[in-house]
Amino acid sequence: MAYSDKVIDHYSNPRNVGTLDKSKKNVGTGLVGAPECGDVMRLQIEVDETTNTITDAKFKTFGCGSAIASSSLATEWLKGKTVDEALAIDNMEIVEELALPPVKIHCSVLAEDAIKSAINDYRAKNGMPELEMAKSHH
Amino acid sequence: MLKLPIYLDNNATTPLDPRVLEAMMPYLTEVFGNAASRNHPFGWAAEEGVDYARDQIAGLINCDPKEIIFTSGATESDNLAIKGVFEMYAQKGNHVITTTTEHKAVLDTCKHIEKLGGKVTYLPVDSEGLISLDELEAAMTPETILVAIMYGNNETGTIQPIREIATIAHKHGALFMTDGTQAVGKIPVDVIADGIDLMAFTAHKMYGPKGVGALYVRRKNPRVKVTAQMDGGGHERGMRSGTLNVPGIVGLGKACELAKLEMAADTARLSAMRDRLEKELLTLEESYVNGSRERRLPHVANISFKYVEGEGLMMGVKDLAVSSGSACTSASLEPSYVLKALGLSDDLAHSSLRFGLSRFTTDEQIDYAINHVKEAVTKLREMSPLWEMFKEGIDLDKIEWAEH
Repeated sequence: MAYSDKVIDHYSNPRNVGTLDKSKKNVGTGLVGAPECGDVMRLQIEVDETTNTITDAKFKTFGCGSAIASSSLATEWLKGKTVDEALAIDNMEIVEELALPPVKIHCSVLAEDAIKSAINDYRAKNGMPELEMAKSHH
Repeated sequence: MLKLPIYLDNNATTPLDPRVLEAMMPYLTEVFGNAASRNHPFGWAAEEGVDYARDQIAGLINCDPKEIIFTSGATESDNLAIKGVFEMYAQKGNHVITTTTEHKAVLDTCKHIEKLGGKVTYLPVDSEGLISLDELEAAMTPETILVAIMYGNNETGTIQPIREIATIAHKHGALFMTDGTQAVGKIPVDVIADGIDLMAFTAHKMYGPKGVGALYVRRKNPRVKVTAQMDGGGHERGMRSGTLNVPGIVGLGKACELAKLEMAADTARLSAMRDRLEKELLTLEESYVNGSRERRLPHVANISFKYVEGEGLMMGVKDLAVSSGSACTSASLEPSYVLKALGLSDDLAHSSLRFGLSRFTTDEQIDYAINHVKEAVTKLREMSPLWEMFKEGIDLDKIEWAEH
């Protein structure tokens, strides 16, 4: 499969690979996918509680080049955004930015779910109600 | 300087040996006659080339030259053997026994005869890819007309107990057919000693050209017949009509001659190289060889790397032309049915690489491959949440995954 230069760049030079301390109250962790499906994505955000801004984001992904690129791109986009802005990230924006082929749209969906899951984890830790995850994806 | 990418997918196809090309060249230009033209020297010259090739092929597998039926390749040979026997011996029975790890050319042909009312038993294999002789024996019925079991597996290299299989088939009055595609030219295959009644093989897996293969069909003890699948001029003893691919056949013949001459040396060199590759890659934690370590083809290594995803791994080893054990995309996940039949889990089946070495593979290429794979696996594991969990001692089977 011919990947775009951006996918190859993120795959070869992934941004923000790593692990944040998930015991911290201001860190949200999202783990989505399943090993037998071939993709597991873990996204973490660290939030400045006074400004509601994401100060750091890290990922680890088991998956194909598109899955790695999608999660790497997601961490880049998350940093500096408010939690509400992060929630608005749509998987199709990832598809467009990385020029993912149709069979790889799933990877962008996974990234969007990982973002939402991380935010939900953060909200839960801080006594906020969980957001509805169900959403019809493109 | 090492030329990249390095070709290590020789189970898919091998490069043409220049000596084979040299033998073929005249038959592409000056000696262009139709081998079936009996009334002029152009035809005779072509036929002579074909006959010489038959001798070379017979010399490799120890058969009579008349027992070779030329086809377009192993897929056609598998089809002709299975469909041809099924039709020819319909009055005797309609049961065929094969295995779950056959090539699709055999599996899909078996499915086809099931549609025609045939009964097919698909024998399972153990964790090394070997069938159980007891299960084979138990599956035999008076209706069994054919046992079709491959010689060496294309994904793992596992070699089945061919002689024992043939003995069981014959004891019950069935014919024994084998897909010898990966084995012929690589290891000694002797149709007499092995008790093979029909055998499919092809030129392009042994440094010959693509588009030409053969089916060995035994002529005596017993005399085997197959119903033609292609009607026409009655070429190849009526079993396969169509103008012979003379240059291709000459190439197959030359490839067989070279294989016979160089097999011992090639095997020694390739298995040493393969063992070194494996030993080095197994220094990576949580890596496993798939298939039998003892009973296998000398040029194949199939290794799984746990906690690394297959397609990501393929992308990471971009300087190597290898095959993933899987035909994997995120849209349709299909881990290798062969590896699954060996009992591998989906994720482990996905994360495997098949290395196929050839006569032309060098030590320098293997050194490069070792380092390249080690680097890619290490890098991907550092990026893998599963690897991190494994290292922390978390049991991944106990996690409730949010499946998609």
